[in-house]
Amino acid sequence: MKRTACLLIFLVTALSVGCSRQPKTFVLVAKPTAYGTAIVESSGGKQTAGVGTPLLQPVVLQVNDEQGNAVTGALVILHGPSGIYLDPAAGTTDSSGQFTTNVSLGVIPGRYQITASTTTKTGKTAELKIEEIAFGYQEMLGSQLNDQYCARCHNQESSPERVSNYDNLEVKPHPFTEGDTLNKMSDADLTAIISHGGPALNKSPLMAPYGYTLSKSEIQAVIAYIRMVSDPPYGAPGIVYAQK
Amino acid sequence: MRLPDPLEKLRQRFFGDTVRTFGWISLLLLILLAIAPAKNHFADWRRYQRGYEHLIRTRSDAVTLQRHFEPGVQQIWLPEMGVVDRCTTCHSALKETTLMDVTIQPYRHHPDIPHKLDEFGCSVCHRGQGTATSVEDAHQSTLAWEEPILPAKYLESSCGQCHQQDLKGTPQLNLGRKMLTQYGCVHCHTVKRPDGSTITGTDDPPTLTHIADKTSREWIYAWLKDPQAYATTATMPNFKLKDEDARDISAFLISSSTPASLKLVQASLDAAKKVKDDAALQTKAASLYGESFCASCHAVQNAAGNLVGGNVGPELTKVGSKVKPEWLQAWVRNPHDYDPPTGMPHYRFSDQEVGLLTGFLMGKSDSDLLANVHLDAATPEQIAHGKRLVNDYGCASCHEINGIKRPENFAPELTKIGSKPANQLAFAPGVPHTLYDYINAKIRQPRAFGPGLKMPQYTFNTAQVDALMNALLSHNERALTMPAAKTVAALPVSHYEPAGKAGQLITDLNCFSCHAINGRGGDMAPDITWEGSSVQRDWLVQFFRNPNTLRPALIRRMPKFNLTDAEINTLTDYIMTVYQSPKIDRDSMPLSGYSAGQVELGKQLYYSKYSCQACHIIDTKQDKGYIGPTLSHVGSRLTAAWVYNWMKDPQALRPGTQEPKRNMSDDDARALTAFLMSQKGRDGQEAKKR
Repeated sequence: MKRTACLLIFLVTALSVGCSRQPKTFVLVAKPTAYGTAIVESSGGKQTAGVGTPLLQPVVLQVNDEQGNAVTGALVILHGPSGIYLDPAAGTTDSSGQFTTNVSLGVIPGRYQITASTTTKTGKTAELKIEEIAFGYQEMLGSQLNDQYCARCHNQESSPERVSNYDNLEVKPHPFTEGDTLNKMSDADLTAIISHGGPALNKSPLMAPYGYTLSKSEIQAVIAYIRMVSDPPYGAPGIVYAQK
Repeated sequence: MRLPDPLEKLRQRFFGDTVRTFGWISLLLLILLAIAPAKNHFADWRRYQRGYEHLIRTRSDAVTLQRHFEPGVQQIWLPEMGVVDRCTTCHSALKETTLMDVTIQPYRHHPDIPHKLDEFGCSVCHRGQGTATSVEDAHQSTLAWEEPILPAKYLESSCGQCHQQDLKGTPQLNLGRKMLTQYGCVHCHTVKRPDGSTITGTDDPPTLTHIADKTSREWIYAWLKDPQAYATTATMPNFKLKDEDARDISAFLISSSTPASLKLVQASLDAAKKVKDDAALQTKAASLYGESFCASCHAVQNAAGNLVGGNVGPELTKVGSKVKPEWLQAWVRNPHDYDPPTGMPHYRFSDQEVGLLTGFLMGKSDSDLLANVHLDAATPEQIAHGKRLVNDYGCASCHEINGIKRPENFAPELTKIGSKPANQLAFAPGVPHTLYDYINAKIRQPRAFGPGLKMPQYTFNTAQVDALMNALLSHNERALTMPAAKTVAALPVSHYEPAGKAGQLITDLNCFSCHAINGRGGDMAPDITWEGSSVQRDWLVQFFRNPNTLRPALIRRMPKFNLTDAEINTLTDYIMTVYQSPKIDRDSMPLSGYSAGQVELGKQLYYSKYSCQACHIIDTKQDKGYIGPTLSHVGSRLTAAWVYNWMKDPQALRPGTQEPKRNMSDDDARALTAFLMSQKGRDGQEAKKR
């Protein structure tokens, strides 16, 4: 009797272990050969891409020592929210002290914060947070409309193909990343200023009205885009919980 | 057989008599009967619905949310599209705009898109198994269902099932479709749209019938081995040819080439030779290259390694290592002589100018390119082998080659590639067994799928591969069976041909390479379908003589074609009479003679109410606007009727133009027209004095 019971218990455990075993992923991490004190971004932060798509430029990070010189062979480990794909997620810095990784964003539109860390000699970790932005359909449409109608004035950057008009304007437009100003404006305000031009909110008439050019949903898309790229991030008015 | 003692005792105890046996069997049946309801009770979707109810309980609008929520299996049934989607059973909050902040699945609100859930369902765009009510069955590829959820990066492909036109919100799909026609895919693969029309290539692979006149066998060899080594922007893919195969193909192409009737002018050749060692001539040649706006279409790599210039024509960084000077001088003189359908305009250069440009371009060479290429004279066997290879690799799918017929259906048709069952695919080792991974791998590493495959290696980056994936996945069974009411057809392809003598000139100058007319042509320069309603005749004549840019910030400009007065007259007459908008009567408003009061009112409107100076310049000392054209001469350039109509609705005259519609009153529009028409520029005032 006892033997049968033992056998049964053994079988059940073996079975359950066999079924529930999940493939565990081990990140193979190279051993650091050197240590830095700080980690800085070289390029690749604040990029935008459609949901689930890879960023056009890789993220390049650099590990520096106390004097600010690049450190070769320092360990860099990256963490991101679920959905984000980092290739590779960890490694050591190359001969110029840099670590390069390709990033694919998750499927939910929004900001993705990646934390990069390196261990220092004393065993502490130095951290750096960088943000990348994933566009959903609306934001993507908004970004296209921005390119077509808004960017020539609202973006200070010039390229040989597209010279910015920003410097020519007496009253300077707000770049869409300027969260400090734009986050204070409600969606209704933004809709008004886009539809009826600057004078609608007692602002510069150099901002022309686009209400007869863009459809309602297009204006919404532009606003969704502005909200997504603003820095500091735009926080939607919080959910008000019922008081009990 | 007797059981061992302890078991025998058990048997006796439980099944010793009929009543006991009956009892136990009944119990067993009861348990078995209970499995079905239990399974139902513990189903995925019930768990998620309980979770949802728990989630909304604490929210401020719990009552509204609870009222919207319908328990039980939900279903969207759209028989005309074959949609039976139960996704909303678990994804309860798709329509709840107040749950915007919830980021956990399956309770996320669906981002705003132009389509309604009840009209299209879910699986039309997202794929997956719509009827399933368990997580795994719905999202993943199972034995009974091969089509997993479409990865988010390919979502735009679903828009392409119905929308055959470019959409503003689908940049990836638009790019992919462009690539499909630009990189020669459709020369080998047939791809049909749901309406039955076949997609045609927009690239223009050069004819190879006179190739020996143009370049050397050594260059062909080097090019075949690695096209991107010659030009990073080359669209020809790498066929990964063996040395001897490249040798034999180059031998065949040279041997099959027939001489073209090219005009050889010794004076040009002599002038070209002088450019090399003469710094002054080089500067002169470089400025001619600049003035002719060659860079609007052709790119050249600068010292820093960046490409500068357009991508309409081929890159010219190493052109001196490729072409023969005799060919180049003939090409610069009139490209139609060598390749009649070319997109390059026929500049009317003098022999001296042809020589300058030829010499300048021959100087753009790379001595390393052909340094290691040494080919012995071709043998007949090599030529015959080369011909076989040209047939095998389907070279004639893209290029015209003497003695080779264009193969029909050279590569598999891709009309239904986006819904090809995974069990019909032969996967390369290491490729996950989904259609998406298969196509992706095929584009990236076509030769990894086995030896003897012919598909060449392209050099696409990740973004380009994803874009192309979007375009390919949009060609699927569902797209073909979509009800006509739901589809948006592609814009019809325009085959507009201008008539008569002017038509010949327009073809000779290849105006269509940059300008669109009646739906045909490029988008580098303005659409000139209604140019005759828009501009004044004198201005147009002057513009053809000396095209000066209208927009200060533009780097691409119309080149000077050195037209004769007779040619200019022919063109101008044609444009002024034929290219007219039916909505605008050119002569309905006078070009000048507006009252001073109206002009003054218009000026005030211009600078205050409408603040046009944000984008336009009238007073070159004060105004700075860079976006629109400079308006200091607008009164001698445009017709008053056009200006008036433009004020009323710019998009109606030029769709997509940046200038917004202002919903102006007729009076305002008239006053602004009066003010703008008074801006005759310096030339105009001088003319008045005279």
